[in-house]
Amino acid sequence: MGEAFHLLASGNHEVVAVTVRSLGVSGSATLLAASFAIPLSLAIVLKSFRGKPVLLGFFNAMIGMPTVALGLILYLLFSKTGPLGPLHLLYNPVGIMLGQAVLITPLIVSFTTSALEAVNPDVRLLARTLGASNLQEAAAVVREASTGILLAVAASFNRAVAELGIALMVGGNIKGLTQVLTTAIALETVRGEIELGIALTVILLLIVFALNLAVNLFKRRLG
Amino acid sequence: MADIVLELEEVSKAYGDVKALVDVSLQVRRNRILVVLGPNGAGKTTLLKLMAGLLSPDSGRILYKGNPVNAGLSRQLRRKVTMVFQRATVFNTTVYENVAYGLKIRGLPKAEVEERVLEALEKVGIGNLRDRKARSLSGGEQQKLSLARAIALKPEVLLLDEPTVNLDPSSASAVEAFISRIKPETTLVLSTHNLFQARRLADRLAILFRGRLLEEGEASRVFSSPTHPEAARFLSGETFF
Repeated sequence: MGEAFHLLASGNHEVVAVTVRSLGVSGSATLLAASFAIPLSLAIVLKSFRGKPVLLGFFNAMIGMPTVALGLILYLLFSKTGPLGPLHLLYNPVGIMLGQAVLITPLIVSFTTSALEAVNPDVRLLARTLGASNLQEAAAVVREASTGILLAVAASFNRAVAELGIALMVGGNIKGLTQVLTTAIALETVRGEIELGIALTVILLLIVFALNLAVNLFKRRLG
Repeated sequence: MADIVLELEEVSKAYGDVKALVDVSLQVRRNRILVVLGPNGAGKTTLLKLMAGLLSPDSGRILYKGNPVNAGLSRQLRRKVTMVFQRATVFNTTVYENVAYGLKIRGLPKAEVEERVLEALEKVGIGNLRDRKARSLSGGEQQKLSLARAIALKPEVLLLDEPTVNLDPSSASAVEAFISRIKPETTLVLSTHNLFQARRLADRLAILFRGRLLEEGEASRVFSSPTHPEAARFLSGETFF
């Protein structure tokens, strides 16, 4: 344990690089997924269209998708002979980022939809009678659900940063290129580098706890 | 008729098989209070929502200053006609931000927003609550906030849907006192099922029952000599249930 904390305290180059890569990949994946999933959730809640329950049911079912299964599907899509082979996404951080975005999109859609549906329907009427346009009305609803949406995004980031299957199968755990916290922990532990594994695990847990703490503080501020 | 701000011509509205309003024709005149009186389920809220541009009629026309309100114009109407709902609804922000919302989305300068918000809060007597979370207010305070939020916009027509129905007697009388104060300078439509409130506030009176307009006219005339038998029964205090 002593060595692990020494690695953390000394700012070991390898540990820092893996941590920054993890934050970058999973942070980008979360932003990408949220930029698609939040407007989609708004459309699901505010618009009437056929197949709405089916669409929502699909996203709810996809929440439980095992990361290794998704990793395998993406591996087949991204491999040289796969349909997306020419994009060279396999063994590439962008490939991991896209895979994680696919993984967490259902989570954000499902949780955000629940948060938006929980908003008092009179809020929409209120915004309208105060002169809001359709966009301003949607913004008012989003603002009312902001705590729930923030929780959905934070939970999704946690899921992305802590997943192993996609990072391993799509990224290939290449040191200095596609290695992220979870794959590094798995590799170093198997190699017997327990101290490094512990140091990386402590960082992963700190990221998750710090984010949850920040979200809770923000939630309290919003009331 | 320059003093007619809003006009409904044979307006009907149904929710599925339920007819909420049937061929209602009504005029809202400048700087007068039109009280829409009727029992629960008469169609009062639907009528006010149509006037506010929050619903579209199934048939008939709504005219704002003589111009028909179609889908394209309904947002313009919503910027001139503001409705205060029966159940006070507030945004999950401070009292100040709640009142400022409508002014900000109109793109008014910050100084003007602040001036109008503070003026509106003072008018309804909750200037001391400006920094409180709106959701932490009592029902009466939330209804006053709703009124402040509406009058800050200086609407051409203010629609109040049973504004005192969920309030205790003291809050209700404070809201009524406020309505009486703004009466001379405001075009107002107020819905109520309360005969006494209608007597106290109405310049003109419209009696609505099961989606149909039974009678409409100067309040003093309708109260003293109603022509429609069912309106007469309602005004005499007989129950409709």
